[in-house]
Amino acid sequence: MPLQEILEKYPKTGDHLIEVLLEYQNTKMNHYLTEEELKQIAKYLNVTESRVSSVVSFYTFFSLEPKGQHVIQICHDVPCYVNDQPSLVKTIKNLLSIDVGQTTEDKLFTLEYTSCLGACDKAPAMRIGEKTFTDLTPNKVKAIISEYRGKRHA
Amino acid sequence: MLEKKLLTKRVGIVNPLSIDDYIKQDGYKQFKKALKMERISIIEEVEKSKLRGRAGAGFPAAIKMMAFAKEEAEHKYMICNADEGEPGNFKDRYLMENDPHSVLEGMLITAYATRATKAYIYIRGEYNKALSIMKWAVDEAKEKGFIGKNILGSDYDFDMEVRSGAGAYVVGEEFALIESIEGKSGRTRVKPPFPTEKGLFGYPTLINNVETFCNYPVIIEIGGKAFAKIGTASSTGTKLISLSGNVNQKGVYEIPFGVTIREVIETLGKGVPENRKIKMIQLGGACGPIIPEYMLDMKIDFDRFEDFESKTGAGAIIVMDERVDVFEVLHRIVNFFGHESCGRCTPCREGHPQLEILVKRFLNHEATSKDLLSLESLARVMHQTSLCGLGQSSPISIISTLGYFRDEYHDRIEFVGKV
Ligand SMILES: Cc1cc2nc3c(=O)[nH]c(=O)nc-3n(C[C@H](O)[C@H](O)[C@H](O)COP(=O)(O)O)c2cc1C
Ligand code: SF4
Ligand code: FES
Repeated sequence: MPLQEILEKYPKTGDHLIEVLLEYQNTKMNHYLTEEELKQIAKYLNVTESRVSSVVSFYTFFSLEPKGQHVIQICHDVPCYVNDQPSLVKTIKNLLSIDVGQTTEDKLFTLEYTSCLGACDKAPAMRIGEKTFTDLTPNKVKAIISEYRGKRHA
Repeated sequence: MLEKKLLTKRVGIVNPLSIDDYIKQDGYKQFKKALKMERISIIEEVEKSKLRGRAGAGFPAAIKMMAFAKEEAEHKYMICNADEGEPGNFKDRYLMENDPHSVLEGMLITAYATRATKAYIYIRGEYNKALSIMKWAVDEAKEKGFIGKNILGSDYDFDMEVRSGAGAYVVGEEFALIESIEGKSGRTRVKPPFPTEKGLFGYPTLINNVETFCNYPVIIEIGGKAFAKIGTASSTGTKLISLSGNVNQKGVYEIPFGVTIREVIETLGKGVPENRKIKMIQLGGACGPIIPEYMLDMKIDFDRFEDFESKTGAGAIIVMDERVDVFEVLHRIVNFFGHESCGRCTPCREGHPQLEILVKRFLNHEATSKDLLSLESLARVMHQTSLCGLGQSSPISIISTLGYFRDEYHDRIEFVGKV
């Protein structure tokens, strides 16, 4: 959905800034926002550009750099760690031949760490896009990633 | 029976996506009862119940409610704090996903008692499922006339809106939360004034945790006095425990205060996999103390937790077995808080990178005696001088392990005596 269309769903007040940013970034294949778009958002909501920039840099959900089509976020906190999280990280790194913080050459996957996903009752956990995967094992992770590979043209 | 299901009695029984089902199971009955009560007597029941806030600090709920009720203003806001971002905690998600209307009913009772005009439910952005369930529930409640103008034929109007976070743990702190709902970077402010006087958009604002709100229908149903008989003298009612780590049956359990940590782990959680031994547990979540196995007979109680200089009543128990390295755990905790620091005050902003370097030295067996002293004093300074709860509680894991697991620190010092 074009940015203008999303903007027009919201009242022109600054308190909707985060919602607008979230909704719009979600529509973008590479999960990032450009300076031009931030300017357009600032203008519509009648807030300063510096406020928009500060919000974008403050919240970890927002990015100014393009990412892979599927962002894999693997939980890094203690309840997952003690449930064998390191072996998952190893599996994914090997599978995608990238390190944490990197994007695959075909721009399909980005691998990141995330803070606790609140799924510690089913640790270890990870997120891809808006979906949380739990009770993971190296084999389960392999299956999930190959399924996402298949979604390349989707 | 260790468990006592007051807040979670409908979990697994009620269809979270059906307000009709909730109503069929006596849902919104307590709100209707409250609507017929004098406003002040609702607050008096809460006072008699001795309910303490469930976010962690254990502040008496009635005091905050009364202060907010007394404020006269055109807008009076409530915020349901569902930012639950502290590692090891997932009980608010459990309540929202499984019985969303019980959260709304608790909020409605509070709103009516205090003449609030609008509430925001702020849910962390990672909780996609809880976000959609809560939005659905609010829409259903509006359709049925529980939220909106002239609620259930009364002269009371009240609105509600669900907002999503965008990945920032510190936004769970009250003023940061307010800033975030205002559409800003979530940084804290110096208090006073407190939110109940001057909060969201400059108006009086009452902020409570999800679980706190869920207690109100129970209090209205059984009365404050009966509620106060549950639990212990200083901590009344039940507590939702998020049990995780090396334990067979991880999950959320509702227990009356006063049950021991060991009972939760062994009886409810069915112990540690493969009968391994427990080495340590972290209480409350990442901001809580790490204590050794021999302390597990401690009762779960706000005052007991305060003995650790920490406000860790959020109710997480993270079990770690004999294979777990203290320093790997500390490293992840420091990393978490360093990443989540808002950078506003020096001890927290500058302290975390230093803590990380020091902890890493212990992790890699490269520490010196001097590092031990530096770590100890830095942790203390951060604990005492940081502006908000993040920087104040982040070093608790280090301070507690320096006490209970000191030998392990010494074992990691390369050449004892080398300075
Ligand atoms: C860094 C930080 C993070 C916090 N995160 C949360 C949170 O996720 N949820 C919550 O209810 N309270 C959180 N709190 C506590 C809130 O500031 C506030 O005290 C609480 O919502 C009050 O609720 P209660 O009185 O019902 O316990 C946090 C506090 C700090 C300092
Ligand atoms: S303690 Fe940390 S999170 Fe809190 S205000 Fe200071 S820098 Fe920000
Ligand atoms: S620590 Fe991984 S989901 Fe909580």
